Amino acid sequence: MSLLTVRNLSKAYGAVQALADVSFTLAAGESLAMIGPNGAGKSTCFNILNGQVEPDAGAVELEGRSLAGLRAHRIWRLGVGRTFQIAATFGSMTVRENVQMALLSHHRRLGSLFSAASRAYREEADDLLAQVGMREQARRPCAVLAYGDLKRVELAVALAGRPRVLLMDEPTAGMAPAERSELMQLVTGMARKSNIGVLFTEHDMDVVFRHADRVIVLAGGALIAQGLPQDVRMNPRVREVYLGGDLLAEARANA
Amino acid sequence: MLEVRHLDVAYGRAQVLFDLSFTARDGEVLVLLGRNGAGKSTTLKALIGLVPARSGEIRFAGRRVDRLPPYQIARLGLGYVPEDRRIFTDLTVMQNLEVGRQPARRGAPRWTPERVFELFPDLGRLRDRPGGRMSGGEQQMLAIARTLMGNPRAILLDEPAEGLAPVIVERMALAVRELKREGLCIVLSEQNLRFARAAADRALIVEKGQLRFAGALAELQAQPAVREQFLSV
Amino acid sequence: MSASAAFLQLLNGLASANSLFLVAAGLSLIFGVTRTINFAHGSLYMLGMYCAVTLIARLGGGALGFWASVLLAAAFVGVAGAAIEILVLRRTYAAPDLMQLLATFALVLIIGDFALWAWGPEDILGPRAPGLAGAVTILGREFPQYDLFLIAFGPLVLLALWLLLTRTRWGTLVRAATEDREMAGALGVNHKWLFTGVFALGAFLAGFGGAIEIPREPASLSVALSVIADAFVVVVVGGLGSIPGAFLAALLISEIKALCIGFGQVTVFGTVFSLSKLTLVIEFLVMAVVLVLRPWGLLGRAAAPARGPAVLEPRLPVPSRRALYALAALVAALALVPTLSTGYTLVLLTDILVFALFAVSLHFIAGPGGLHSFGHAAYFGLGAYGAGLLLLKAHAPMELALLLAPFCGALGALLFGWFCVRLSGVYLAMLTLAFAQIAWSIVFQWDALTGGSNGLIGVWPARWLSSQSAYYYLTLATCSAGIALLWRILYSPFGYALRAARDSALRAAAIGIDVRALQWAAFTLAGWFAGLGGALFAFAKGSISPETLAVPRSVDGLVMVLLGGLHTLTGPIWGAALFTWLEDTLARTVNYWHAVIGAVILALVLAFPQGVAGFARQRFARRGDDA
Repeated sequence: MSLLTVRNLSKAYGAVQALADVSFTLAAGESLAMIGPNGAGKSTCFNILNGQVEPDAGAVELEGRSLAGLRAHRIWRLGVGRTFQIAATFGSMTVRENVQMALLSHHRRLGSLFSAASRAYREEADDLLAQVGMREQARRPCAVLAYGDLKRVELAVALAGRPRVLLMDEPTAGMAPAERSELMQLVTGMARKSNIGVLFTEHDMDVVFRHADRVIVLAGGALIAQGLPQDVRMNPRVREVYLGGDLLAEARANA
Repeated sequence: MLEVRHLDVAYGRAQVLFDLSFTARDGEVLVLLGRNGAGKSTTLKALIGLVPARSGEIRFAGRRVDRLPPYQIARLGLGYVPEDRRIFTDLTVMQNLEVGRQPARRGAPRWTPERVFELFPDLGRLRDRPGGRMSGGEQQMLAIARTLMGNPRAILLDEPAEGLAPVIVERMALAVRELKREGLCIVLSEQNLRFARAAADRALIVEKGQLRFAGALAELQAQPAVREQFLSV
Repeated sequence: MSASAAFLQLLNGLASANSLFLVAAGLSLIFGVTRTINFAHGSLYMLGMYCAVTLIARLGGGALGFWASVLLAAAFVGVAGAAIEILVLRRTYAAPDLMQLLATFALVLIIGDFALWAWGPEDILGPRAPGLAGAVTILGREFPQYDLFLIAFGPLVLLALWLLLTRTRWGTLVRAATEDREMAGALGVNHKWLFTGVFALGAFLAGFGGAIEIPREPASLSVALSVIADAFVVVVVGGLGSIPGAFLAALLISEIKALCIGFGQVTVFGTVFSLSKLTLVIEFLVMAVVLVLRPWGLLGRAAAPARGPAVLEPRLPVPSRRALYALAALVAALALVPTLSTGYTLVLLTDILVFALFAVSLHFIAGPGGLHSFGHAAYFGLGAYGAGLLLLKAHAPMELALLLAPFCGALGALLFGWFCVRLSGVYLAMLTLAFAQIAWSIVFQWDALTGGSNGLIGVWPARWLSSQSAYYYLTLATCSAGIALLWRILYSPFGYALRAARDSALRAAAIGIDVRALQWAAFTLAGWFAGLGGALFAFAKGSISPETLAVPRSVDGLVMVLLGGLHTLTGPIWGAALFTWLEDTLARTVNYWHAVIGAVILALVLAFPQGVAGFARQRFARRGDDA
């Protein structure tokens, strides 16, 4: 049985059909890339998966259990962690406190009124930060971090909930190529080791084709292709609407 | 056209740029390369006046601009396209262009909506579309078009390819080449050499707020360490 | 009521909507562009009225004199608005949002006392409009010509504003700056003058609205507050920043008000309801209903937060050991006061302690919680009335009454909070205000239970607490404990989660925090502590009046928190001490003391945009401790 099953998902905003009848599955330990032009419906799909948006039709199941109608905080408790396209962290807190918050929530300690939050789960938080390479910056406020570092903090926060599914919206945005590769190696390695299913969107094709086990392609809200990276890369329809590759080669030849 | 001398910039107590100096000429495309957080965006923001220079000097078209507010620098003919595009989402494409419009300037190409639509044909089909209902790629085109409406002599592009589909990135690169042909001075920031290679003449590498390398792009690409950092594959 | 009477009452409502729309449109414009909630907008309206009356007296009541006076009065108010923007508000844009609110609140006090000085306390009747002084007969009833003129005038203003904003370059730039002033600046738009222009236009509209109302209503000092309340409601009901929305809301609210007056008393199932009494609160009821059903008003949209210079909530520092010792020493020092001094000092200190608890409970939700309540006095007042009623009506012993009263505050917060935490930002602020106003009007009108406008008297503490120093000790102990408890919670997992939800509700939900439940709990908790403060206040004074929970008391609380510093821990207590002491001292010694308080607040806002405690923190912070 697959870990996450998405069936016939549809969502419209007014006259705009953001998602139309999209179905796919995600297996445990698998890294699945979702690619497609800007506005293809990738973020809408993510927002439905983590409970921020209600779909018009379709079903999402986590290990056979329907997620329909659950709000975001409930879905997180079932083991779906997420990072955002525009990194969302708690700006007034330090990097460590961000992770501590997620750990407190995971251990259901948020209702505690009189214990000191700053001493809770420090070591666990630092371990997670070490995993994503942010241990040295643990005491800095999130508000002053560089964008790529915020993405790392988000990853540590998502991992704090011991997720079985990890949704990552443009996880390497704002990083230089060498950093991108490093981060994705970490994520896919972790997925395999801990049997986490990773679904990520990405515009850097180097990252996609090197790190994804499988690729699905959205365009205009519909699934237009899916398969192994090398197959998708050669798909003429995908080249036309998304990958391109001809204009620039031509231009360089003229230069 | 643009001359930066010994620029220092700090946010509060944290200094982010140290003693940065460089120049950019008419018709030249200069790319700032560096990891995220290296200070590329801050450099561009300092040039347009969005963050104050702590010390040093910025000259644009022969005038000192480092103490001027952004709108005065923009009125001297320096255009700025931010990395997150910052389209006015309530306004239509035409109205976004109207906000950027400035009187014609001597010695700079003159832009009208029609000319801008020649550069970005997709935008011409969306004239009355509100900015908030456009895709990321369309917004990036509009952000550049809006800046062009100010008839700039030079433009600053902050990571114009970030978060865009590869097909759109190609079109951006072609547009930059087209603008260079018009004689504009262009300074862009990038983390990836791939986009820069299509358009740039010269490169600066910024690391932790300091200039590490300045030279022709060809020269840069010959260095293995640089290739590894800024070019994957 | 007959059909014809009802019809005329509807027409009457249409005429009243005109001025309301003008003021609200100005308020909406100013808020949209500068993000300033201009509390002084009602004062500008009032200025328009007074100026028009004065000018008509000078220029004569002929057609030319009348209309010239109206326009001149509006223009004068417009210029005054521009001056306010340049001299005051321009210096506050970089400060946290609510500081602008504080600045405009100071202006309310100053303009109010200016009007008192210039025109005196008596209402001034204006002349009728020349040429429109008569009446026409509609359905056999008389209807003033001037009102008909106003009915036609409002839509014309709407049309003109709409054309200005959508068809002119200036309007396009205004809308661009509304969304992202920094980006507009980087495109060559001088937003400074744009802001001044918008403020001047908004002020002009307010002045115009006031001046044109002169033939229908006398100029009076009280109009400033009633108009700003109405205008807030209209802007929020219509949807922030939507001019057509403001028009629609002005019509809706004026009509409902007119009908309430028209129907007078109705009998439903044998019970007599006085609808005309409802006018005190009807617009707030309408606002509450609209916000619950449509959280962004009738024509508003859920807008992304406006981009400006990065707005990031600063860190709430963990107090150092030294700071905690200093606070403990302060409490000890306060405990020694009764041995040194009695009488008036103790009364003042008791007040300060009570308001410190009130301000800290407001700060709890407004600062770290990010829920900017404009109606926190409701819970303070519910606590006070709870204590009074338990003592007087249920004949409970005073100690029990004091113990149970906070739960009245908490219950109120539990009920109102359920609705409030579904909103955010200004909408939340306005809904809290609406609930406070509703609570006030119930207390004000329920004569049988609450004593109505007279309030409750004879709310005295138990015998062993009846001496001044004994009650002072009770207050000191209770308030210190309450404040310490609230501060402790701020650094607990619950308090951190509250800050987390404020920083990013999206992220908070994505790590399993039920944001609404959390904020609801915090709201209720804050209501409990405010109620405790109210109960202490009631027994200290021996009597309770509806003012205990009126809007000015809520505003006082905000002023205390903001003066001290929204993003500091101890700020609210310094703010409460400073404000309570200032008000007390000035009220006893100075004429026009409102204006003096206003000037002091203004000076503090301009000098310490981070609040007094925030300033002290910045000034004395050790270098490098932000790492």
